[in-house]
Amino acid sequence: MHEIEMKPSPKVSIEFDGQTLQANKGETVAAALLRQTHLAFRTTPVTGKSRGPFCMMGVCFDCLVEIDGAPNRQACMTYVEDGMRVKRQLGAGDTGVFLSDEEDTQ
Amino acid sequence: MKDHYDIAIIGTGPAGMAAATVASAHGADVLIVDEQPEVGGQIYRGITHQSIKDKTILGDDYYKGQSLADAFAASNADHVSGATIWQVSPEREIGISKDGAAHLLTADQVIIATGAQERPFPIPGWTLPGVMTAGSAQILLKSSGITFSNAVFAGTGPLLYLIAYQYLKAGVPIRAILDTTPKSNRLKALPHLPGALFHLSSIMKGRKWIKALKSSGTLFIEGIDNLKITGKDSTEAIEYLLQNKWHRIEASNVFLHQGVVPNVNLAMASGCIHHWNEQKLCWHASTDEWGSSNVPGISIAGDGGGIGGAIAAEYQGRIAAYQALYTTNKVKKQERDTNVLPAQHALTHEMRIRPFLDAMFRPATQYRIPTDDATIVCRCEEVTAGKIRESISLGCAGPNQLKGFTRCGMGPCQGRFCSLSVSELIAKAQNVSVNELEQLRLRPPVKPLMLAELANLTTLASEDT
Amino acid sequence: MSPAYDSIVVGGGLVGSALAFGLQREGLSTLILDEGDLAFRATRGNFGLVWVQSKGIDYSPYAHWTWESAETWASLSNLISEITGIDVGYRRPGGAEICVDDKEFAAKRQKMKKLQSHSPHVKFEMLDQKSMAELLPGLSPDVAGGCYFSGDGHANPLNLLRGLHQSFKSMGGVINSNAPVNDIVSQGSSFTAKTKKGQFHGARIILAAGLGTQNLANKVGMDIPVHPDRGQILVTERLKPFLTIPLSKIRQTIEGSVQIGDSHEDAGLDVGMSTPILNKMAIRAVQMFPHLGNTRIVRAWSALRIMTPDGYPIYEQSEQHPGAFAAVCHSGVTLAAAHALQVPKYIIEGTLPTSLAPLRTNRFKKEMAHA
Repeated sequence: MHEIEMKPSPKVSIEFDGQTLQANKGETVAAALLRQTHLAFRTTPVTGKSRGPFCMMGVCFDCLVEIDGAPNRQACMTYVEDGMRVKRQLGAGDTGVFLSDEEDTQ
Repeated sequence: MKDHYDIAIIGTGPAGMAAATVASAHGADVLIVDEQPEVGGQIYRGITHQSIKDKTILGDDYYKGQSLADAFAASNADHVSGATIWQVSPEREIGISKDGAAHLLTADQVIIATGAQERPFPIPGWTLPGVMTAGSAQILLKSSGITFSNAVFAGTGPLLYLIAYQYLKAGVPIRAILDTTPKSNRLKALPHLPGALFHLSSIMKGRKWIKALKSSGTLFIEGIDNLKITGKDSTEAIEYLLQNKWHRIEASNVFLHQGVVPNVNLAMASGCIHHWNEQKLCWHASTDEWGSSNVPGISIAGDGGGIGGAIAAEYQGRIAAYQALYTTNKVKKQERDTNVLPAQHALTHEMRIRPFLDAMFRPATQYRIPTDDATIVCRCEEVTAGKIRESISLGCAGPNQLKGFTRCGMGPCQGRFCSLSVSELIAKAQNVSVNELEQLRLRPPVKPLMLAELANLTTLASEDT
Repeated sequence: MSPAYDSIVVGGGLVGSALAFGLQREGLSTLILDEGDLAFRATRGNFGLVWVQSKGIDYSPYAHWTWESAETWASLSNLISEITGIDVGYRRPGGAEICVDDKEFAAKRQKMKKLQSHSPHVKFEMLDQKSMAELLPGLSPDVAGGCYFSGDGHANPLNLLRGLHQSFKSMGGVINSNAPVNDIVSQGSSFTAKTKKGQFHGARIILAAGLGTQNLANKVGMDIPVHPDRGQILVTERLKPFLTIPLSKIRQTIEGSVQIGDSHEDAGLDVGMSTPILNKMAIRAVQMFPHLGNTRIVRAWSALRIMTPDGYPIYEQSEQHPGAFAAVCHSGVTLAAAHALQVPKYIIEGTLPTSLAPLRTNRFKKEMAHA
């Protein structure tokens, strides 16, 4: 990361996987995480491979994260807010209702 | 937001802003919506609140967007920002989501100005964290002042050189520039040079960027014959084939680029007919001189219909707006014709450089149709080129059957990063032109929509029961 | 003209592919003539249920035929997996229909009793909300309950189609796509199917062309009345597994996406989307599973079911041209096992058995006569 000289921006703090980090007001969650050189945002539901932002303009859906408990949010399209809790999305979306492995009899 | 508008415009890039400014100046009731919180599209992203202190980094062409944004700000169009547009029906019923609530409204005329996205670059390792598009490097720079030291830029096309040049101006060290422009392109571009000479200054500008990059001591390698990116859970290196020998450069960040293509999903799902443009290797909206599509009341302006760049988009936005005004009886034919004439001339002039650029920066086949069977084509469903080829040999007639057989194109991006590669893969395997194939059939919602939002469209339900 | 194939199947959807799979497996050299990439393809809009509990309530032959297929579905799934390695996603954990209020609950109980009166094997259980919620985590406390039947199941229709195609091919079957049949001519003991890609000759011809069957059937002396019935489906992003069993209107696929569907409307041949209907489907889904409200729809789909005048399948052989058969239905997944394992035998024998007589077209003539 190499930061360009910018006019000062108000800061907000967000949480990423339990860790608090500073972000500039008015920037996307993806930008805030990349600023801290977090490149991997999720693992895929298909093979569990790591993925991170690719297009930064809402087209590729590779930057999906969990935001304030809601799964599959586009980090590049969501703007930071103070106190936001962001988590890496591991595999398929978690709605809070799911089966334990033993119960998964499908 | 109201239930009905004379003219609704989708997208606040140069085409959308120009259209909204013209349309509302002539008394039309105008709605303009965009996903982003601020106007500018991707090209002028962050223009209204740009906080990079050194204006030479982004350059004059970027700050030209300011006057367009100022004119738009002075207009009285209804601007809805930060909204997802998930539907424009053939009857011009527009589905918009904002702040967790979905709305439906209608318009007499709809101008779709959804701009461009980057062309897919399906090479081994292009899904690794740390690999991003060159456009995303520029978005990070424009909107947050974020850059990555020692990144590798790979591919071809003016935007690749521009962002590298902007990194150079900003003093960000670049590990290497790997240029994939086929050497044979120069010869093929030559016949188009006379038209391009009307834009000598643009050509000189491009040459200046490349010259500056080369003389800066940045590793700049031309004539790259193939690329792959390697790493376990994130990018570790980029490997390139040069004169039959593979080389390796370690890097954590790679920015790929091989041109931009129209963002066609919304228009296609609306029923607008598109055709394959073999020069530009992408889908183009089949529109008339006004940008009007086959669907009554829906027109397409700017890069979303076919790539022409920001300046051309502005003219196309104006032309589409005057036609929409004429169709809704806000201006007379005479007034429309007088007003659009300068824009039409300027547009013709602006487009003169395009055949040259298309030929010069035409991406080579191996970067569009993966040679290696293990390369992922559909990023969402992780479908490889090999799997696709196997399904074609099983008798898949086109992209729609392929989707059923492999899930290719079924993920949340809805084919935005695979459908071009898929079409070319199938066409090549069946030895036909892409135009002979069907297109991926797209349906709303063209962007993901929360189930609760759809459920809470209560006005509709009460009307219908 | 000597026939090049023992049988030609017109239509490469679920019905045609299952029949062709069975014919080829029985040793008949078989050709599938299929349409192109944008054919109507009811298959792609299939919800994927292998479903017993709502089939043939008012018509026992259909209920029995459905049960016969459901009971042999595991063999079909195993066969495909042995030949191709493809898992068609078949599971039979039972299935349920949710009743949101007491009125629906009472009506469902009534229907199921009727079904059981002629199909005693359907040992359904009407469960209240509490018992149903034990089966279905996340079920809204506000629904009345529903009907559970252990004999219901589901499969992945797209994998099934791919599995049938692939196993058909590996047994030596031939698929010719982009070859819609324009005309059929019968000469002696041979049928000629005419397409833009040329003419094909077969000793038998089986029409399984969905909505296209009616036209083609006329050419070989059969009247197969069908009309389109549009169904729409919503598909969510992939979610962690939460549905242990398929429901009549909601099903979680093995991949994790949740399908919401089962709408019916008469929309002619329009495969566009209708927002009011999608809205109703969404309301019902959230009513049953409130936690789904926070998930995203990544795709919506509409397809045309193949409806017969009474909604039940039609199996027919031409009286004028024996060797010409037709098969149409809107339950291509549930009936796939019967189509792959039973019907081919009848085709080879050259007569449809008396058990299938109630599913032949003369049932419509009788109705007419009564009227």
